[in-house]
Amino acid sequence: MAETNTKNQILSQAGDATGNELPAIRVSNLVKTFGNKFALNRVSFDVKKGEFLTIFGPNGAGKTTLIRILSTISTATSGEITLYGLSPHKHATQIRRQIGVIAHQTFLYDDLTAEENLRFYGRLYSVQGLPAKIEQIITDVGLHLRRRDRVRTFSRGMQQRLSIARAMLHDPALLLLDEPYTGLDQHASEMLSGWLRRLRSANRTTLMVTHDLERGVDLADRIAILTNGKLVFDQKRSQITPDSFRDTYYEFVEKSG
Amino acid sequence: MPSPNSRNPWMFLLGASLLVCMVVDLYLIFEFAPEERSMGHVQRIFYFHVPSAWVSFLAFFVVFVASIRYLWKRERKYDMAANSAAEIGVLFSSLVLVTGPIWARPVWNTWWEWTPRLTLFMVLWFIFIAYLMLRNFVEDEERSARFCAVFGIVGFVDVPIVYMSIRLWRDIHPSPVIAGGEGSGLHPDMKIAFYFSLFTFTLLFVYLFVHRLRLEKSSVALSDLKKEMA
Amino acid sequence: MMNKVAVILWKDLLTEIRSKEMVFSMLVFSLMVAVIFNFSFPPGSDFIQDAAPGILWMTFIFASLLGMNRTFVYEVDKGCMQGLMLAPIDRIVIYISKLLVNFIFITLVELIALPLFGIFFKLDVLTSPGQLALVMLVSTLGFTIIGTLFSAIAVNTKTREVMLPILHFPVSIPVIICAVQATTAIFQEQAWSVVWGWTKIVIFFDVIFFIVAFWTFEFILEE
Repeated sequence: MAETNTKNQILSQAGDATGNELPAIRVSNLVKTFGNKFALNRVSFDVKKGEFLTIFGPNGAGKTTLIRILSTISTATSGEITLYGLSPHKHATQIRRQIGVIAHQTFLYDDLTAEENLRFYGRLYSVQGLPAKIEQIITDVGLHLRRRDRVRTFSRGMQQRLSIARAMLHDPALLLLDEPYTGLDQHASEMLSGWLRRLRSANRTTLMVTHDLERGVDLADRIAILTNGKLVFDQKRSQITPDSFRDTYYEFVEKSG
Repeated sequence: MPSPNSRNPWMFLLGASLLVCMVVDLYLIFEFAPEERSMGHVQRIFYFHVPSAWVSFLAFFVVFVASIRYLWKRERKYDMAANSAAEIGVLFSSLVLVTGPIWARPVWNTWWEWTPRLTLFMVLWFIFIAYLMLRNFVEDEERSARFCAVFGIVGFVDVPIVYMSIRLWRDIHPSPVIAGGEGSGLHPDMKIAFYFSLFTFTLLFVYLFVHRLRLEKSSVALSDLKKEMA
Repeated sequence: MMNKVAVILWKDLLTEIRSKEMVFSMLVFSLMVAVIFNFSFPPGSDFIQDAAPGILWMTFIFASLLGMNRTFVYEVDKGCMQGLMLAPIDRIVIYISKLLVNFIFITLVELIALPLFGIFFKLDVLTSPGQLALVMLVSTLGFTIIGTLFSAIAVNTKTREVMLPILHFPVSIPVIICAVQATTAIFQEQAWSVVWGWTKIVIFFDVIFFIVAFWTFEFILEE
C-alpha cells in the first residue's frame, strides 16, 4: 500500500503544473571530493522520463561514484541532485523504493537459493504478492528450473541474470546500471542486452555507466562521456554513428591522460 | 583564515607565559612546597602525576567534543583537533603510568598496584592507543575520520563506567591504603604548588595542542600538494 | 521496522544453518580454550575452581570476537552490503538485526559450552540458574552491542581480524569485570545483593551503549 502511494506521488510530481515535465534525474554542479582529489567535478545533466542514457568513461573517471550518489548510498560534497523532484538525501527511503541497481557485483548470497535471494530482497522492499512475482520473474530470466539451487552453484552469467531479477522485482521506475557486462560471456551479454531492451518502457528511465563501447551505444537514446570527473560530451544517439563515436571517445580518453 | 606562524604574537605570548610558569612551577614544587612527613621528597612526584592525569582527561574530553562536532559539521578541522588531542592524551596518560610506579615503589614497596585510578589510566591508555591504531589502519581519510569520531565518543562515554566497575572491584580486594588520599589534608603551601602545577600543565596542554594542530594542518596541506603533483 | 529486522534475521539464520561457519568455529574454539586453560594449572589444583569464572568469560569473549568478526565480512565480500544499503530501510535496522544475529549465535554457543565447562572444571554451574541466566544475558548483550558496532568499523580496516579485539577489549572492560565477579558470587552462593551490585553496572553499560550505537551506526555505514 505504502509503495503504491509513493509511486503515485513520484509519478504525479514528475509532471508539474506548468505542463513542463520534470526530468527523472536532474544533476547540477555535482562535486564529490575524496580528500583533495575530485572524483566528480561540477557534473550537470538531466535524464528525461523514459530515456536511456549511457555514460562512457575509462576506469577512475568517477562513474561508480556517480551511480553511488544517485542510488543514495553516498553523498555529494556539493551540488544538487533531484530524482523525480525529490532530494535523495532527504527522501532516501522513498527514492530507494523506486531505484533498481545492477552492478558487476551481484548482491546475491551464495548460501541461499535463487528463490530465497529474491524472497529476501522482495521482503526488504515490501513487494506485494511476492510469491507470484518471484515465480513470474524467475521464469522470465530463465532460471525456473534452478530456482531451488544455491547461488553458489550458478555460473557468472546465471548469477547476473538472477541479479537482474533482483533489481527488477520491486518494479523500479529508475534503473541504474554500473558496468553490468563485466565478466559476462557472449551469450550472457546478449541476453542482458535483450533484457534491457525489453525493460524499456515509457515510465522506466535507465542510466548506464560503462567502458564497453559496443554494448553501451546500441541501447542508448543519449550518450555522454565522463573523464576525470568531468562530463565532456553529451549527445543524442541519433546524431552519431558508432564508428565516429568510437574515435571521439578515444580522443577524449587520450586527452584525459 | 590567516596562516598561524611562529611570528603570531598570541603564539609568542602563549609560549613565553608557559616558559615562565614552568620555571615558577619547578620552584614551587622543589623549593616552596614543604617536604611530606611520611613519604619524604618522593611525594613531590605528586605535583606531576596528578596534573598529568588531569591533562589526560582534558585531552579525552577534547577528543569527545571534537568527534561530535565532526559528525555534526563534517569539517576536517574537527577531525584534526580530535587526532591532535588523542596524541597528547597518549603522552600524558603514559606519564601517569610512569610516574605512578615511581611513586608507588618507595611508598608501598611495589612497582604496580591495581588501584582504581592507576587501573583506569591503564584502560584509558589502551583506548587512546586503539584510537591511534584505528586511524592508521583505515586508508580513506574521510572514512578514518568518521570511524575515529565514533570510537572517540564510545571511548569517552566508557570512562565513567570503567571507573565504576573498577571501584567496586577494588572494594572487595582492598589495596594498601594511600596515606590520607591524594590531595586531601594537604599543607596550604602544598596546595599552592599543586594548583599552580595544575594550571601550568593545562597551559602546556593548550600549547602542545595548538602546535600539534598547526603541524597537522601543514602535513595535510603537504599531502594535498603531493597528490596534486602526482 | 521490526518486520524488516525479522527479514534480515531470517536471511542470516538461514545462511548460518547452511554454512555453519560462525557457530561451529566459535564452539570448537571455546572447547579448545577450556582444555588448554586446564593445562595452565598444576594437576588436581583447587585453584582452578576459583579461576573458573574468569576462564569461562575469557573463553566466551574470545569466541564471540571470533564470531563477530564475521558479521559484516560476508556482506562486504559479496557486495551484499550495497544491496542492503540500497533497500528502503533505515540503517539502524541493519544494526539491530546484526546485533540480534550475533546475540543468538553467541548465546547458543554459551549454552552448549557451559555444561561442558562444569564437567571439565568439576563445578556446579547450576547453583542458581536464574541468576546465572540473567548475568549471561546482560553481559552477552553488552559485548554484542559494542562488538556489532565495532565489527562494522573493523571490516573496513586493513587488518580486519586484529582490529576488532583492539577496539573491543578496552571498551568492554566493565562488562568483563562485572560478569566475572557476578559469576564468582553466584558459584560461591553469595547473597543476591552482591550479584545484583555487579549486574546493574552491566545493565547500565548496555543501555548507554545501545543508545550510543543507535546514534552513531549510520555514520559508520555512510560513504
